[in-house]
Amino acid sequence: MNFLMLLLVCFRALRRNAMRSLLTALGVVIGVAAVITTLGIGHGARSQIEEQVNRLGQNVILVFPGSQSLGGVSAGGGTVNTLTVEDALAIRDEIPEITAASPEVRSQRQVAYGNRNWFTRIYGQSADYLHIRQWPMEAGRMFSEEDVARATKVAVVGQTLVEELFEGANPVGETIRVQGMPLEIIGVLDRKGMSLMGSVQDDIVLIPYSTAFRYVSGRTHAMVINIQVLSDEYMDIARAKISDLLRERHRLRPEQPDDFTIQTQEEVARTATETSRTMTILLGSIAGISLFVGGIGIMNIMLVSVTERTREIGIRVAVGARTRDILGQFLLEALLLSCLGGLLGILLGFGVSTLIAHHAGWAVSVSVGAVFSSFVFSAAVGIFFGYYPARKAARLNPIEALRYE
Amino acid sequence: MPVIEIENLRKTYSMDGGLSVEALCGVSLCFESGEFAAIMGASGSGKSTLLNILGCLDPPTAGRYLLNDDNVAALEGERLAALRNENIGFVFQSFNLLSRTSALENTELPLMYNHSGLGMTEIRRRALAALDRVGLAERADHHPNQLSGGQQQRVALARALVNEPSVLLADEPTGNLDSRTTLDIMALLQQLNDQGMLIVMVTHEQEIGAYTRRILEMRDGLIIRDSPVENRRHARAEASGESTTRLNATES
Repeated sequence: MNFLMLLLVCFRALRRNAMRSLLTALGVVIGVAAVITTLGIGHGARSQIEEQVNRLGQNVILVFPGSQSLGGVSAGGGTVNTLTVEDALAIRDEIPEITAASPEVRSQRQVAYGNRNWFTRIYGQSADYLHIRQWPMEAGRMFSEEDVARATKVAVVGQTLVEELFEGANPVGETIRVQGMPLEIIGVLDRKGMSLMGSVQDDIVLIPYSTAFRYVSGRTHAMVINIQVLSDEYMDIARAKISDLLRERHRLRPEQPDDFTIQTQEEVARTATETSRTMTILLGSIAGISLFVGGIGIMNIMLVSVTERTREIGIRVAVGARTRDILGQFLLEALLLSCLGGLLGILLGFGVSTLIAHHAGWAVSVSVGAVFSSFVFSAAVGIFFGYYPARKAARLNPIEALRYE
Repeated sequence: MPVIEIENLRKTYSMDGGLSVEALCGVSLCFESGEFAAIMGASGSGKSTLLNILGCLDPPTAGRYLLNDDNVAALEGERLAALRNENIGFVFQSFNLLSRTSALENTELPLMYNHSGLGMTEIRRRALAALDRVGLAERADHHPNQLSGGQQQRVALARALVNEPSVLLADEPTGNLDSRTTLDIMALLQQLNDQGMLIVMVTHEQEIGAYTRRILEMRDGLIIRDSPVENRRHARAEASGESTTRLNATES
């Protein structure tokens, strides 16, 4: 029997049990769809991280407050207030490789305009913050050094605020209120999109850090210092100098550990990429396991099918099927089922990926490699799990098979 | 020249626990083309075993089996499959059609395993011709569950004939049929035999044996009687006669 004939025989056999064939393939469908989707999300996440890291700004160094250690027990990063505005100014003024430094203080507050209000993040920053972040303005102006020095009640707002409070109208010159305090809007930020952590960066109100410390947050220390280095080649030296300067300013003895953490943009990127890679591997393995389970499902049904079709096998042998025709038929049936499952799974995976990309706003990209490898893998699953039932079918004694009830 | 020639054929089944059962204890036979033989005997007499060996489904333990001068006993699985495909047509008591498969596709089955590598159009044409031969061409697309027992057996006959075998082996072909349909099937077998087909049939009904030309009686793995049928019955005539009688009965 040639291959085309075998294919036809298999098609007819699968068609005879169309419903069961579909249900059998379902395991592989779900497995392949899961693999495609997770790989797609992982791939999309990585490219988005790269983009976001670039959007973080150029040659950026972040300094975080250090951890408090009590009797050898670390309370974790950011538990102590070790970074002051003066630290930030010193870094900017005393290290020549550094062009800008902005002490950051965040608060989450209700912001009101007229009868509308919105819960948002208020960031206290210095005047050169937008320069560090490479964040252009859409309208108006950024607050100045003078605004910072005088703790002026001015604000620069992100696109989310424009949409939520002003319904898209230009808000420059309007006054919003935070805890009853009026803030005059002097500028609007360009759209920035998602951050590395997945938050919407446009949901933001920027005010001078001095204003934030005095009227909004009630804190006295910076939560982060955003720093920009002159150029790429000075990153390492700038980092060392920041460390020296802060240790000196904090009067740390040589045996004492740093009470701050310095992270460069690359480190942030690496951490984020590694995290997404770990997640992809984790999700991918789960998806792979489900594909494997789908394969076992095929084997299960094929075994049942061999028993149920004992008589059919007997008939085929009686009319001239060779052992390898029977083996080939059952193997090919399993292969067809898993390939059908693979194809449907790829389609489903595409659909789910698109849906996730659409609703969650994630960048999901399904690569050709992922499609190809999951299809090949599902075919391999079919052959692997189809062989045992096929061999069982081929070894049936035709006389007993013909009498099987 | 005989189509089938067996000499001192033996078949021993070994059972669990070292026991062995002799199903055939040295059978010698010869069938020529155009014969219509009935193998009769009680159950356990070895008639089914003989038929399975003749059908190349079961290898004999000892003895010689020549089918069209091929020594079947010496052949490997592949060649046996080809022999079954090309030279042997099987008909079973329980029809053994593939369920949820049309009569046409059931009939196509042996052609698909044929080694000459026929195209699908040719396969379809021959299958239709075979169905036509058993008078079921217009029901080619019916599934077994849409056919009566007699019609199913006709499809099975079409399937057995489709490769133009040199012998038709029938295992109680009328065992599952009522007397009216039995007549139909026997008429069809007689018609095929009249066209020159060698038919070997296993049955335990004396009545059915009367439609054949030769009766072989078996007991305990041996042929105890081999005689031609005298006063051979003709199924076609009886069937039309019966309907005439029935017609008369309704008229009167």
